Amino acid sequence: MKWESVIGLELHVQLATRSKIFSGAANRFGESPNTLACAVDLGLPGVLPVANEEVIRMAVMFGLAVDASIAGQSVFARKNYFYPDLPKGYQISQYELPIVSAGRVQIQVDGTTREIGITRAHLEEDAGKSVHEGFTGSTGIDLNRAGAPLIEIVSEPDLRSAGEAVALMKKIHALVRYLEISDGNMQEGSFRCDANVSIRPAGESGLGTRTETKNINSFRFVEQAINYEIDRQIGLVEAGQEVIQETRLFDPDRNETRPMRGKEEANDYRYFPDPDLPPVVIDNDYIESVRRQLPELPEQKQQRFMETYGLSEYDSSYLVANRETADYYEAAVVAAPEQPKLVANTVMGVLSASLNRENLDIKDSKVSADKVGNLVIRIADGTISNKIGKQVFESLWEGGGDVDDIIEKQGLKQVTDSSEIGRLVDEVIAGNEAQVQQYRNAAPEKRGKMIGYFVGQVMKKSKGKANPKQVNLLLAEKLEK
Amino acid sequence: MPIKKTQVREIAWLARLAIEDEAMAGYAKDMADILALVEQMQAVDTSAVEPLAHPLEIAAQLRPDSVNEENRREDFQQTAPQTRDGFYIVPRFVE
Repeated sequence: MKWESVIGLELHVQLATRSKIFSGAANRFGESPNTLACAVDLGLPGVLPVANEEVIRMAVMFGLAVDASIAGQSVFARKNYFYPDLPKGYQISQYELPIVSAGRVQIQVDGTTREIGITRAHLEEDAGKSVHEGFTGSTGIDLNRAGAPLIEIVSEPDLRSAGEAVALMKKIHALVRYLEISDGNMQEGSFRCDANVSIRPAGESGLGTRTETKNINSFRFVEQAINYEIDRQIGLVEAGQEVIQETRLFDPDRNETRPMRGKEEANDYRYFPDPDLPPVVIDNDYIESVRRQLPELPEQKQQRFMETYGLSEYDSSYLVANRETADYYEAAVVAAPEQPKLVANTVMGVLSASLNRENLDIKDSKVSADKVGNLVIRIADGTISNKIGKQVFESLWEGGGDVDDIIEKQGLKQVTDSSEIGRLVDEVIAGNEAQVQQYRNAAPEKRGKMIGYFVGQVMKKSKGKANPKQVNLLLAEKLEK
Repeated sequence: MPIKKTQVREIAWLARLAIEDEAMAGYAKDMADILALVEQMQAVDTSAVEPLAHPLEIAAQLRPDSVNEENRREDFQQTAPQTRDGFYIVPRFVE
């Protein structure tokens, strides 16, 4: 039987505020344990949570960016459960009236565009962290993260493959970074994914029993976890067994998902509106004021790149995939305004290769955008060849400096002096008598391929600096004689 | 609606309350009475009434996004049964 998978994602995105969602403690990662946990975060008696206005602004901004409706009145609710890293015994979240609902985003997979529904996005506080390593027979609790602001984004079960799920996750990741509402740092847990997966016979419209795989923190793991889950469920059903609705964890070392232990009892969170927090009321004027703050979004930017710089769909989608790359590209184009395509090639080629090689972010690039622009100008005006351009880039990357200085000092200027090239051509012809003879005896239609050998020899002698076009012309001329 | 002992136990467990066996019947009756009261209220037609999110009909006052709490770990950890290296220590649990 042919199966179809039905996937929905829940993305937990930590908001990049200065202070926490309900307290004035700092919202920072990597500090000494419990130094950022104040009385509100600890759930001490008598404290009163007060919502952070920046958290509301960020949620509204996200809602507008995904074309969602913003609730005029949204309500915080208590989600009750006991866990050592949740000191109050409840998490403040949203249940019936989330701040954002009914949005949509577009994803592109294999050249096809699909619209994916965003069911809702609600605000909540993060829990603390449990540390088992280094403690024997006990567990350490760090509540620095308790009360950090999260927006939980829930998609419709509109996704049909692991590839689409990853595309959605990347889309939302790019979006929150464009909006500057989250740093999206997955290693630090600022962007985490739960995946709901079920299968059904292809063409049917009912839903099968789903499993939820929790806390997956990389694009690659999401793909692996979902593919594992799809295969596992198909295996079960084809063997006449049933899929059990359960929560699972992904183990990247074994590339498999496993049921979470200790969570057998059905969760019963007994949500109710938090009496400490009156409803958040948002009027249209406020929504419009946030709308005016919206930056250019990836799709708009891509459209502009294609129109203004004449870039292809592929190039432009690569460059806008994250805001830093797009900004870098545009800064380089400012330095080389006549050469947007050549700048794109350089950013996507030699620059991205160097960044990948050293595992660096573009904002930490060892070559600045204006230098890439200067380099492109020298390639475009014929001072150096494309190939030498790569060499100059490597010099900039390794030792810094100025494009023109490097070309000058390393003597990399392209040789366009035809007498100089002519001399090299003569040398090659004189030194390769046998090949020259072969060439002259060959049928004219075969000569085209054979000339490559001589071109290579001349370029080698010039250390890559001869203008290849001139070399070709001169060789063809002299070999005919 | 009568409440079974197992339901009392379940609800007590969700709130991590220890309830003596002999007290079960009393709690079961109290809970059944509360549900009866709810049932009575559900007879009222509320289709034209907006849901009430908060008994005081006020909107949240929001707080500016600034840090105004300092590190008071030492004070807070004085009441903790056990701490080490800045962590609160609890019995080991692994999921």
